[in-house]
Amino acid sequence: MLTQAPRIVTARLGYEDSHTLERYLATGGYEGLRKALSMTPEQVHEEVNAASLLGRGGAGFPAGRKWSMRRPAPTTYLVVNGDESEPATFKDHLLIERDPHQVVEGTIIAAYAIGAAQAFIFCRGEFALGLERLTQAVNEAYEHGALGESIFGSQFSLDLVVHPGAGAYICGEETALLESLEGKRGFPRIKPPYFPAAIGLYGEPTIVNNIETMSNLPWIVSNGGAAFSALGQGSSAGTRLFALSGHVRRPGWYELEMSKVTFRDLIYAEMLGGGIRHGRELKAFIPGGVSAPWFFPEHLDMGLDQEAVGKAGSMLGSGSVVVMDEQACAVRAAWRISRFFHRESCGQCTPCREGSGWIENILRRIEDGLGREEDLELLLDACDNIAPELTWPPKQTTICVLGPSIPSSIVSGIHRFRDEFLLHVKEGACPHPPDEVRHV
Amino acid sequence: MGHLSPELRSRAERMVALYPERRSALIPLCHLAQGQDGYLTEEAMEEVAELCGVSPAEVRGTASFYDMLHTEPVGRYVFAICTNIACMLAGAYEVLDHATERLGIHLGQTTEDGLFTLEEAECLAGCDRAVCVQVNHRFFGPIDEEGFDQLADDLAAGRLDETVPPHGVLNRVVRKVGLEASRRKDSTISRNPQSAGDPPVGPAAAKPEASGPSQSEAS
Repeated sequence: MLTQAPRIVTARLGYEDSHTLERYLATGGYEGLRKALSMTPEQVHEEVNAASLLGRGGAGFPAGRKWSMRRPAPTTYLVVNGDESEPATFKDHLLIERDPHQVVEGTIIAAYAIGAAQAFIFCRGEFALGLERLTQAVNEAYEHGALGESIFGSQFSLDLVVHPGAGAYICGEETALLESLEGKRGFPRIKPPYFPAAIGLYGEPTIVNNIETMSNLPWIVSNGGAAFSALGQGSSAGTRLFALSGHVRRPGWYELEMSKVTFRDLIYAEMLGGGIRHGRELKAFIPGGVSAPWFFPEHLDMGLDQEAVGKAGSMLGSGSVVVMDEQACAVRAAWRISRFFHRESCGQCTPCREGSGWIENILRRIEDGLGREEDLELLLDACDNIAPELTWPPKQTTICVLGPSIPSSIVSGIHRFRDEFLLHVKEGACPHPPDEVRHV
Repeated sequence: MGHLSPELRSRAERMVALYPERRSALIPLCHLAQGQDGYLTEEAMEEVAELCGVSPAEVRGTASFYDMLHTEPVGRYVFAICTNIACMLAGAYEVLDHATERLGIHLGQTTEDGLFTLEEAECLAGCDRAVCVQVNHRFFGPIDEEGFDQLADDLAAGRLDETVPPHGVLNRVVRKVGLEASRRKDSTISRNPQSAGDPPVGPAAAKPEASGPSQSEAS
């Protein structure tokens, strides 16, 4: 159930004015930075290692280890990834709008630890209010002495630019993000050699970290890495901000101790999801953004734990959980997910560009009652062409992971609900009612 | 040249100066120009190209990749109705059908009076407020059929002018400080000498307004 873990990244969000400098300073804001500046960069890095902070963007790579991988060079850049676009994910959006100073403070701490003199916060373009609040926060941070020359009287100087995206899911992929930041189309780069830590922005070593990852840093520095890693269990340390949506009574964001809280708690606890709407049964849920394979009722008692979810054949990904009740149509859900990937494929790699369209069209045909029995095999064959053998984690025929996310996101649903897919074909129509409008 | 107003031109020049390389300002400048004209005109793309030191074709090539940058005129208000999974489960396609009927246009079209354009959006990161709608990238939700009608009425009557600026205006907060700091690529070198020490390994094999009843209200 709900544990006694403190709220780390959402501590301030109970205040209406959580985005203002006044509130930030009144609630311990910029104390973590002051403490960091009294330490050496190596000591700050060590605290983050001790915290076992996993990157909160989706891949879940340890943040401290990522920092260690940078190529030694006179210029290092820090880029904060706030291009949150993974469907059903809305945590970074929340942190940007409601606690922008926390993002800025975390960014300054990270820049200090890695020795960057220039940092960027790449904010998704559709977050107009977020862009305004971040810009305001950066203006205020300069005036407060937390940015610019000799931060808080120290030897450390940093400039920070808030950079707007322009609407492209692919720019959440870190090399595509860097291309976009260089004023180009968001085409992912080929890795190797373009691992950002070695060859990143303008060819210089660049660390790309997620918004929520940055938002954890002020607390970690203030309270120590050990206090953070004491929360959660094993590799899933600390708390995490989960985004819950779909057919639950109380969709919303919930900061929870990792591993200790289960999917059943998140979906059914009165204080959290409050159960399935209209008291219906659970059909399936997506455990970590639409790129993740679906889970089913038998997975409910699993902890919100990166390793456990990975071993069970899916991923905790971006920490967003979508719930489907018994009336949801599996074909329609799979169709909408594949439509997303088709629209957002950057077009560089044939398997992804063409395959996503084929998959979308086949699924649409089945949903419309025009499908054929052999369509299921055709569908799986198209998936196999993008991610051979349909393994987990998927194999890759494309430059980036958008391609293999297409099969990963729908194949588990096809296998599980094979009969439902075939019923569409047999009846020549979708057997489910239209989606009910959620009235307010 | 001289398509941008003098005020926006000087704001544009300051934006270019924020980046180690000029071309990085390309997308922010496209947003700025779109804020002046409502969409990205040929003349604006030429001026952005000049400011960034690239050709107009490169500006167009970049701009045409991104959903938010319009190279054709759009309405004063662009509705973006999210239909991705979380919103779809909350009935987004029903709301979208209602919107097309109410406005009398198909997706991607603009009403004859130039007031409204209708788009089907991908996930807007507002899933706790499904069905989620943006107007000129300002959030509204949850929205049902009646909510959509109300929103369209309020916009048409100018009741939301303060929260929803005309299409293209994105960030109304101007960067005021940090403009004079040493920011060119060459001058950032060895600016923070104390941090050069870490012995890293390389090259990495690494992969890379809440309205819902969320925790703040619950606990």
